[in-house]
Amino acid sequence: MGRGWAIVIHGGAGVDPNLPLHHQEEAKKLISRCLSIGVSALRCSLPAIDVVELVVRELESDPLFNSGRGSALTEKGTVEMEASIMDGPGRRCGAVSGLTTVKNPISLARLVMEKSPHSYLAFAGAEEFARRQGVEMVENEYFITELNKGMLKLAQEANSILFDYRVPNTGSETCGASMEKPLIMNGLPISVYAPETVGCVAVDSQGQCAAATSTGGLMNKMTGRIGDSPLIGSGTYAGNLCGVSCTGEGEAIIRGTLARDVAAVMEYKGLGLQEAVDFVVKERLDNGGKAGIIAVSRDGEVACGFNCTGMFRGLATEDGFLEVAIWD
Amino acid sequence: MGWAIALHGGAGDIPHSLPPERRLTREACLRHCLQIGVDALTSRKSPLDVVELVVRELENNPHFNAGRGSVLTTSGTVEMEACIMDGKSMRCGAVSGLTTVVNAISLSRLVMEKTPHIYLGFKGAEAFAREQGIETVDASHFITQENVERLKQAKEANRVQVDYTQPVEKDVKRDELKPDGDSQIGTVGCVAVDSEGNLAAATSTGGLVNKMVGRIGDTPIIGAGTYANSLCAVSATGKGEAIIRGTVARDVAALMEFKGMSLQEAAALVVGDRVPKGHVGLVAVSATGEVTMPFNTTGMFRACATEDGHSEIAIWDS
Repeated sequence: MGRGWAIVIHGGAGVDPNLPLHHQEEAKKLISRCLSIGVSALRCSLPAIDVVELVVRELESDPLFNSGRGSALTEKGTVEMEASIMDGPGRRCGAVSGLTTVKNPISLARLVMEKSPHSYLAFAGAEEFARRQGVEMVENEYFITELNKGMLKLAQEANSILFDYRVPNTGSETCGASMEKPLIMNGLPISVYAPETVGCVAVDSQGQCAAATSTGGLMNKMTGRIGDSPLIGSGTYAGNLCGVSCTGEGEAIIRGTLARDVAAVMEYKGLGLQEAVDFVVKERLDNGGKAGIIAVSRDGEVACGFNCTGMFRGLATEDGFLEVAIWD
Repeated sequence: MGWAIALHGGAGDIPHSLPPERRLTREACLRHCLQIGVDALTSRKSPLDVVELVVRELENNPHFNAGRGSVLTTSGTVEMEACIMDGKSMRCGAVSGLTTVVNAISLSRLVMEKTPHIYLGFKGAEAFAREQGIETVDASHFITQENVERLKQAKEANRVQVDYTQPVEKDVKRDELKPDGDSQIGTVGCVAVDSEGNLAAATSTGGLVNKMVGRIGDTPIIGAGTYANSLCAVSATGKGEAIIRGTVARDVAALMEFKGMSLQEAAALVVGDRVPKGHVGLVAVSATGEVTMPFNTTGMFRACATEDGHSEIAIWDS
């Protein structure tokens, strides 16, 4: 028996501090809406594994964040999506990579977990599995947005002067003020880097934890590039004690096996949830890597931590805590 | 302190009745690879170079399930994957879904060193291989008759098969079966540490017999089949799905780091507790030159050597 349900959602870590307010508001509205959906599901006693899938589907279907529709584009201008899901009890897991026509990657990841003898399917094999399972499939164009086409162009020019057409000109060149040195994440200026992922972690009233992460990956990535999101132990993890989802610089998350480490320090060092998240953010990203983590514990706690500028997030617990935020 | 190296050719239900000619060829290969690794370490090659070198050798040997000799997917094709990790910098590289690359481990190293990414798969990985000019051959090069046979048996039994598990468990009595004594085994891998405590790990595989096309196992997943940091280097083998769920390689290091366990204790705990019996084996070395090679399967093809003169080549429990 748990100590109450709890849920946390993220829409990616590493946010442009100059992101226009209306964009920030849209993001917060989306997070709030998805949080409500998750909370309602938890209140109806849906198991955590169903809740995280449900919420991430919602995030994938909305073009705002970098997953499903609205995914970042590969260097070829196409979309290649990946996702993973993990169920704390029994540590069952499923993951997919290289999807180009599957409308909801997280649901395919769940089917891999439940309907295949494997844990991880990718590319043509994953698409074939999707067809056989009868999941909803669409043309690759469905996932591509005008905004991201523009961002891809910028990313490809990123070695030269930084320019973000969404941020109005400050006219600083006439008043002699120097341009700020651009923030960089994953090798891209922050305004071009699309926060990489969406994720959801939840614990139900039975104390069962689950985690799910989904992404289009890195803007301008090489075709075939796999990031941290589908890697169990890196972008996603759930066990008896907690559920964790990460976002940010894929390389840093993989090297730091961030999601697993949050659970490991709870298990092996006896740290509490927030302590564990703080520990991992501080100690496992100490070589300059930038990332964010969300987590829930089987006791109904929520936690988040990030060492970059902002993480789109929403948190709610059964005892009434509710927060939707972007910045520190 | 001092250098140490350990390598494996896969853990699984290796029958004690393995015919001598099959056993001896594999032992000879392990011996040969161990010697190559030891020579490289004593001539002060970096552990990263050493593990790549040794795994290349294992990939080239058709008797192990990596490179040539890889087991086949349900479509009768080969899809190889590999991963390499440098303990000191914690840089890593991984590849999956390779069909023409002769040495997957070398491609994974190129991903680590020549791209801003860690992991490339399938067509993208193959395209990168061509860009890099790494050796590629026709896909048929990797397919051996033994594996064609193995796939047939697995399909007849309607199973996905790791290795030596007897192919049919239905009505047929065990001793009526041709013992699958020369079944390929799970994976190959190598871990090494030099006398300065620098560590590296490398793993490579063809995956599971009769696996679905596009199936990825534990081998290329950092923290599952492969891991190295400043404390230890680990390469695991066995049932991929269980190794992923148990985050095996990372957990060995985590137990050392967070619970202060020794390499031996940590590895024994992970193999004993975190993965069901019959599913896993691993080789690991520590920064201080220790070696451990635990497994909870019937056997694991393995070999190790340390600077103080200890060396071992084995299959089953001693």
